[in-house]
Amino acid sequence: MSNEVLLQMKHIMKIYGNGAVANEDVSLELYKGEIHALLGENGAGKSTLMKVLFGIETPDEGEILLKGKQVTVRSPQAAISMGIGMVHQHFMLVPSLTVAENIILGVAPRKGIFIDMDKAVSHAEKIAEEYNFDIDVRQKVEEIPVGVKQKVEILKALYRGAEILILDEPTAVLTPQETDELFVQLIKLKEKGHTIIFISHKLDEIKKICDRATIMRNGRSMGTYDVKSISTQEMSRLMVGHEISLQFEKKEQHLSEKVLLKVRNLTVHNSQGVLKVDDLSFDLKGGEILGIAGVEGNGQTELIDTLTGLNSRYQGLIEIKGDSIANESIAGIRAKKLAHIPEDRMASGCARNLSIQENLFSNQYHSPEYSRHQLLKTKVMEKRSDELIKEYKIKCSSRRQHVGMLSGGNIQKVIVAREFSTGPDIIIANQPTRGIDVGAAAFIRKRLLEFRDAGCAVLLVSADLTEIFSLSDRLAVMYKGKFAGIFNDTEHVSEDELGQYMLGIKKAEVLEGAVYE
Amino acid sequence: MNSAKRFDILRTLLSVIIALGISFILIFMMSEQPVEAIKNLLFGPLSSKRNMGNVIESMIPLIFTGTGVCIMFSANQINLSGEGAFQIGGLAASCVAIYFTADILSPVAALICAGLAGALFSVVPAILKVTTTASEMVSSLMINYLALYFGTYMLNNVIADPKANAASYELCEASELPVLIGGTRVHLGLIIALLVAVLGYFFLYKTKLGYELRLTGENGAFAKYSGVNIVKVVVLSQLIGGFIAGLGGGVEMLSPIYSRFNWTSLTGYGWDAIIICTLSKMNPLYTPFAALFLAYLRTGASIMSRRTDVTLEIVQITQGIIIILVVAEQFLSGYRHKLIAKEAKAALKEEEVA
Repeated sequence: MSNEVLLQMKHIMKIYGNGAVANEDVSLELYKGEIHALLGENGAGKSTLMKVLFGIETPDEGEILLKGKQVTVRSPQAAISMGIGMVHQHFMLVPSLTVAENIILGVAPRKGIFIDMDKAVSHAEKIAEEYNFDIDVRQKVEEIPVGVKQKVEILKALYRGAEILILDEPTAVLTPQETDELFVQLIKLKEKGHTIIFISHKLDEIKKICDRATIMRNGRSMGTYDVKSISTQEMSRLMVGHEISLQFEKKEQHLSEKVLLKVRNLTVHNSQGVLKVDDLSFDLKGGEILGIAGVEGNGQTELIDTLTGLNSRYQGLIEIKGDSIANESIAGIRAKKLAHIPEDRMASGCARNLSIQENLFSNQYHSPEYSRHQLLKTKVMEKRSDELIKEYKIKCSSRRQHVGMLSGGNIQKVIVAREFSTGPDIIIANQPTRGIDVGAAAFIRKRLLEFRDAGCAVLLVSADLTEIFSLSDRLAVMYKGKFAGIFNDTEHVSEDELGQYMLGIKKAEVLEGAVYE
Repeated sequence: MNSAKRFDILRTLLSVIIALGISFILIFMMSEQPVEAIKNLLFGPLSSKRNMGNVIESMIPLIFTGTGVCIMFSANQINLSGEGAFQIGGLAASCVAIYFTADILSPVAALICAGLAGALFSVVPAILKVTTTASEMVSSLMINYLALYFGTYMLNNVIADPKANAASYELCEASELPVLIGGTRVHLGLIIALLVAVLGYFFLYKTKLGYELRLTGENGAFAKYSGVNIVKVVVLSQLIGGFIAGLGGGVEMLSPIYSRFNWTSLTGYGWDAIIICTLSKMNPLYTPFAALFLAYLRTGASIMSRRTDVTLEIVQITQGIIIILVVAEQFLSGYRHKLIAKEAKAALKEEEVA
């Protein structure tokens, strides 16, 4: 690493079409040949800043200087021609093409009007060799594992002459072994003179390979630090802000007598006929939070969809307060006082072009409180909306504002306000705090605990282990549609151990504690 | 009013102005007497009581079909059978008005039958969608021809008056809707149309079913998750939309404009409804204004084509441009972003102060 400044981003401001301020005033300085971490929570504005650099988004204010010269990055093509490459979290590869074809796509060597395939393969092989990537370039992309796909993405960027390489949370999809391998490659790239921006919120990884780190919070830069001279505690304090404590006072548990949600031998296949939930049984009583941890795609979505009535094709038994839901509609299940915070808030949790008020009553407009005969009681709804906006601290201009204009955290608060305002007995919360700011997340977690204390049964599915640990009374790990383990006392499980269950390395021989019998 | 809404209105107005501008340029290119033509187009409708009456009377069917389409589109049911429903409504009203001559009951019965016929007609695509997942857009588009040819069949074989040329027997006198303003043909249908627009708004925004409709239209997955019965919404929205379009056909047929059923081609009011619906942003309350605009433009064009050498079709170009500009989300999006960014920055400053 030299101290030669390669790139400067100065006072970048980016406001999205819905009015959300993603970057308020962010500056970033990149030295040639360093691995620079961009650190921050979900929604802190890291990806936005990089999209600005890569020409995907146009900044509202601020300037970019490359090698001291002011530049305007109008498109990803322009960024590439300036020597900036980006590897996205979701790979942008064509699965049915070979590795070589993917690498040369768009900049292919030609023979007349045709692509010169021999040359393409030799070019791809040459670049793979140059950077010590051990890849068979003739393989189809759909046949190679995730870790290799990422290497292809990196090669693609290098082939286009990238000097600056942006990696957006590259380790999120990798196994520990693949991560180690990636780090070796990155250090080699650095030695060859490339500059790398490494987006992450994993502090240990940053400690391992980064030289400097710019920390972002809430759309603002909290400063750039030498990784060697800053502790992980300090980094996390800057990232999260110490005013919000992640620890909750958990009150003593009062478990109800009755089982509120009973699931026996539940088996669900998805629409392609793949087995997603495999002979699952568990009970949920009032006054407890049952956390379900697990790598995404192990049947959590299908389980929740079935419990809430979105999917009605299943084998086995589901009872709410002793009644089977086999013949119930979604409205019928909701009428049993079940609330549901959905996994994807934009897809099914709200209507972005309707007002906050219109979003707040979609689950209860038919109750006598809000309608009589066929007519809506708009006056009552207006009053209640204002109350809920205040109670849930929803930041908005008025109840008439469209939900799509709010920030992620505030949209989630609208959803939570709607679901909780019915006074539920059972809450099914699927990723309730994913991708929202820390303040809103803490607020929602606190609410979940309050409902638990009030005797509500809560089923919490979350990919956030800290959340699962701090909220759950009981904890189950889901692996391939089954519970791989159940822990009745979360204090005696380490995150590491949980990880082994999540990956299917460890598995409980006899499953105890899922049902109360 | 927030900036986004203000922007919407501004954009619609600007679209109209640009479209008119382009039409004027075309008129200048084609016409020997461009100034005269434009004068007639813009002010012709105001030149006499009769012309003003023409504007008002041609608003009426547009309000009906426009409101019907607003309701179906609000539920995101892109049902284009308004055209056929209007036709079949007119046919049904004629049949009743020919044979049922009981004073005040005659028009009432005719209009109810017109609405029911339209409803039953427009619900066919909905039922096909619910039972077989056939796209309502495709089936409703095709079914319009069924209405046309069924009408022609009835006209030729059942209600044909042998003494008239390609027309039905005369509708009974009792069925004719009374004229409201002497010297014009503005009839009672105007009051019914305005009532339908207001009721349509009330239905969509103040009733349970209307709320369900809009929830489904804005995000079907969200409505389903919330517990809304989607099948009910799909069927009822198209049933109601068809009823209103059919009623419009009935009102048109009973108006002083017609004394016999003689529709041997589609009227086009079903297609115009889509323009009305777009201009009024799917809110029935705005359909009279959109209808007034369109009716004015058309009356002006017709006067222009009568008095000068510019043809009627110029208006279709104007209409087309307006629709494209209003529908094009990206039109003026740069300006929209500036407005939003300005608001967001102001909010940031406010926070700092606080």
